[in-house]
Order: sequence, then C-alpha cells, then structure tokens
Amino acid sequence: MLNIFKYEFKMYQKSILVWSITFITVTILLMAFYPSFGSDVAMVDKLLENYPKELLQAFGMGGELSLATVLGYYAFVFAFLQLFIAIQAANYGFSIISVEERELTADYLMSKPVSRAEILLAKFGATFITLCISNGVIWISTLAALKLFNDGKAYNLSNILLLLSTIIIFQLFFLSIGMLVSVLMRKIRSVLSFSLALAFGTYILNSIRAIVGGKLLGYFSPFYHFNPATILAKGSINIALLTLSSFVIIASLTATYLLYVRRDIYSL
Amino acid sequence: MGIIELNQLSKFYGKAKGIENVTLEVNEGEIFGFIGPNGAGKSTTIRTMMGLIFPTSGSAKIFDMDCSKEGPKIRQEVGYLPSEVFYYDKMKVLDLLKYTAGFYQKDCDARMYELAEIMELDLKKRIEDLSYGNKKKVGIVQGLLHSPKLIVLDEPTSGLDPLMQKKFFDIILEENKKGATVFFSSHILSEVQALCNRVAIIKDGVIIKVDDIKSMREDNYKKITLRGLQIDQEKYKLEGVTHIINGEDSFKFFYKGDINQITKQIGNDNLLDVLIEEPTLEEIFMHYYK
Repeated sequence: MLNIFKYEFKMYQKSILVWSITFITVTILLMAFYPSFGSDVAMVDKLLENYPKELLQAFGMGGELSLATVLGYYAFVFAFLQLFIAIQAANYGFSIISVEERELTADYLMSKPVSRAEILLAKFGATFITLCISNGVIWISTLAALKLFNDGKAYNLSNILLLLSTIIIFQLFFLSIGMLVSVLMRKIRSVLSFSLALAFGTYILNSIRAIVGGKLLGYFSPFYHFNPATILAKGSINIALLTLSSFVIIASLTATYLLYVRRDIYSL
Repeated sequence: MGIIELNQLSKFYGKAKGIENVTLEVNEGEIFGFIGPNGAGKSTTIRTMMGLIFPTSGSAKIFDMDCSKEGPKIRQEVGYLPSEVFYYDKMKVLDLLKYTAGFYQKDCDARMYELAEIMELDLKKRIEDLSYGNKKKVGIVQGLLHSPKLIVLDEPTSGLDPLMQKKFFDIILEENKKGATVFFSSHILSEVQALCNRVAIIKDGVIIKVDDIKSMREDNYKKITLRGLQIDQEKYKLEGVTHIINGEDSFKFFYKGDINQITKQIGNDNLLDVLIEEPTLEEIFMHYYK
C-alpha cells in the first residue's frame, strides 16, 4: 500500500507546485489592492450602493461587512480562492480512480497483490496530503498578505483563522463528490470538464440563491455552507450546514468504497 | 486439490453472456491451454480469476482460495500477462519494474535483471517511448519477476517477433520445470499444441471440451487441397475424409487419420499441386464444434 501511496504522491508534485503558485498569486495580488480600497471607506461604500445587494452577495460582497474593512475585503478574496480550491479538489476527485481505467493501467495495478480497499486508501491518502499542502499554502499566503496589505487597519484574526479552518471540509466535499461520480460512471473521458462543471455549478447555484433568496438552493452548495462574508461577520460557523457538508462527505466516501470494491474492470 | 478450480462460473454483462457454467480444474505443474476464437470468453474467465471482474454466479478458486474474496493473497503468487499491455507512460522501465517488485514480499531484483537481459529490455527508456513489442517484453518481466507459482497468460505472444516468442516460451518452460503451473490462453492452436499438456476449448462462453494434448493430436485434422484436372474424387471417399469442397480445378477436404494412407492415395494421382496444412482454429470450430 505504501508503494502506491509513494507513487501517487510523486505524481502530485507538479500539480502541488502549479496550485501553490495559483493560490499565492491570487491571494497576494487581490490583497495588494486592499490599501487603495481601504483608504477611502466612504467612496467604496457609496460606489457599491449603486449595485443591487443580491448581485454583490453573489460575488461575496455586500454582506454585513464593508468592503473597505480588512475582513470585508478578505471575504471577497476568499470567495475567489474557494472557486480555485473547489476546482482543484474536484479535479483530484474525478481523476484518482478514473485515471487507471482511462489510461488502461487498472489491469496492471489490480493484478498485483493489493486489495481494492488498499488501492483506494493509498490514493485517497496521497490526495488528502496534497490537499493539506495546498491548504497550508493558502493559510501562509493569507496571513502574509494580511500582514503586508492591511493598510494599518485592525482586524479580527480569530475570525480569519476560523474561515481558513473550513477549507479542509470544503476540499473534502469536492473530492468526495468527484470520487463518487467517477465510480458511478463507466468511464470519465475529460476530468477537467467534470471538475469545472461541479465547481462552477455549485458556485452559480449559490449565486442564484443570493438573487432569488431563500435557503433551499444553498443546501446543495458548499459555497453557501461556508460563505466567507457570513463567517467573517459572525465569527462562527453554521453548525447545521457544517453537519450537512460532513454528512455528504462521509456518505460519498462510504458509497465510493462500496461501489469500488465490487466494480468490474473492463478490458479494452 | 487443483491449483485453479472453476466451478459453474458464469459472468453476464447485463443480458449479454460472457461465460456460462465454466467448470475446469488445473493441476499443479501443468501447462494448461485455454483455447477458443476471439470473443469466446477466454479473457472474461481470466479476468474473473484475477479479481478484475466479479462472477455473476459460480466460483473461481486459486490455491483453494476464492478469487473474489482473497485476491491479494492469491496474487502474491500469481504472475499475469494480459493480451494488451498498458503501463504508466511517464515511468522509466526500471522504475516500473521496481514499483512492481515492491508489491511482493520477496527480493525480486536478481530475477528482474536476469529476465530483462534475456528479453533484451532497455531499462533506461520511458514506457511512452517503447514500441508495442517492447511494452510486451516489459509485461513479461513484470509478470514473472517474483517467480510466481501460477503464471496466467492471456494471448501473450501478440506483438512479439518469432525470436522473442521462442525466448518467451523457453522462459515459460523453464519456470514450469521449476514447478510453476501455467494457464495459457490463446486462439492459435499450434502454439497451444506445442506447449501445453492439457487443453480446454471454449466457444460462445461455454467449455466444449477438456482434453489432454495427446488426444488433441490424435484429433489432428489436416486440411488438404489438391489441384489437378483429372482427380478421381471417388477414390478419396476414405475413412477420416470429411467436408469435401469441389472447386473448378481443385478439390479440398479435411482428413483425420493415418497420414501415410492419405499421402499414398495422393501419390497415385496426377496432380498439378498439393497443399497440406493445419486448419485454422475457426475452421475446426466451424466444422467440428458446432
């Protein structure tokens, strides 16, 4: 099993580098604009007043926090980060099992003295560690960017840390859904189109919810479960929504395991 | 106890039949041939044995352990070479072989290098840069580097040039002498006849005959084509002559029996040409296993 884990993790090295650069660039670049927003609080708030509140909410703004505050601005940055986090995790989820069948290496791997459960665990383990590394990169770049570009304004660090701690659940949500879909389908030809569809689909779902109002659509979107503007404003996570996300993750992983250990691997 | 025991093994893909009630036993030390035309169910049977697919009903056992439940333990002592080989393209050959060796609870290094040398394999090349024949060689080395007790070969010779085929058969015979049991699937009758002790014939997912190779040889049909303008066909109405086909200036038939008797008869005729050949497997199936 360690054999597979090592191989899988090695395969992630390039991806870790690319995603790390992406997360650092997005965080630092967007936060670098904060001083120019934060220095003129009245003007920014007045400018945003011209836009419908629902539209602003759809883009992670217009919540209880002003965009001119550090937390308010970071909520907007984090909404972007979430989209990238979702694409990365979904990409891994759709890929880790399907890649063996798409590239026809499943015959090789599964004819070795290793159980399906061990294969799944090794692959999941390597992916989880990779996501944790990305998570760490986001934490470090966020804390560094806040330190560099806070424009001398005070902010509640514990609320930031709370928001950052939701990343792991958010990642696991997209990873587990991707894995489940890939074992439900006979073959996934294009991983990227699936991961973009899942990430943007749930993002748009939450945007529509912001426009039409109500909560129902939000239950289906982790972008609503872990809405950065709400978490940063309230300093707490909605326990019911956290439980819902956790339930989806556990159910998806359990179903993935049950389907995978009985899955027929077809030849050419 | 047989090394392989298949009991009423069936696999359906939805409504489509893969194999049905396949029952056979392969004994320790045998080279067992598994022969049938393409699409007969050979790969389905093997994939069930390897735990790649799960049976609809019946059971498949190797070393007296259930293939679906105790796969990892079984595969510790099984070497498998599929008909089509695919490996991780970005890996170098040596890395792939070391990765493979890492799955087994024994030191495989010496045998790995030995096999690679016999197969003239370039260990430094990337998998993606290899020709199909060379990928097949990688398949042979990775399948045998742990000196398995059971070797499962699914159409192993496709893509190998005749020289490599010979080397490959020599390796298989050597492993067999050391005690390995071999399960050899093929659609090439002569290949199986040259190597195997016993043979099972499968057609349309059903085993139609399990026989030792001696009996198969006695069933050694020849396809004979005579060309000539004045062939007296009546003289060929002999015992063992079947499936006579008349052409414009040719006369074809299948013959099973004493080869001297038929060549004597052929020698008496005034012929333009004669062709004595082995019927293709398809022809044998079409004529004898309807």
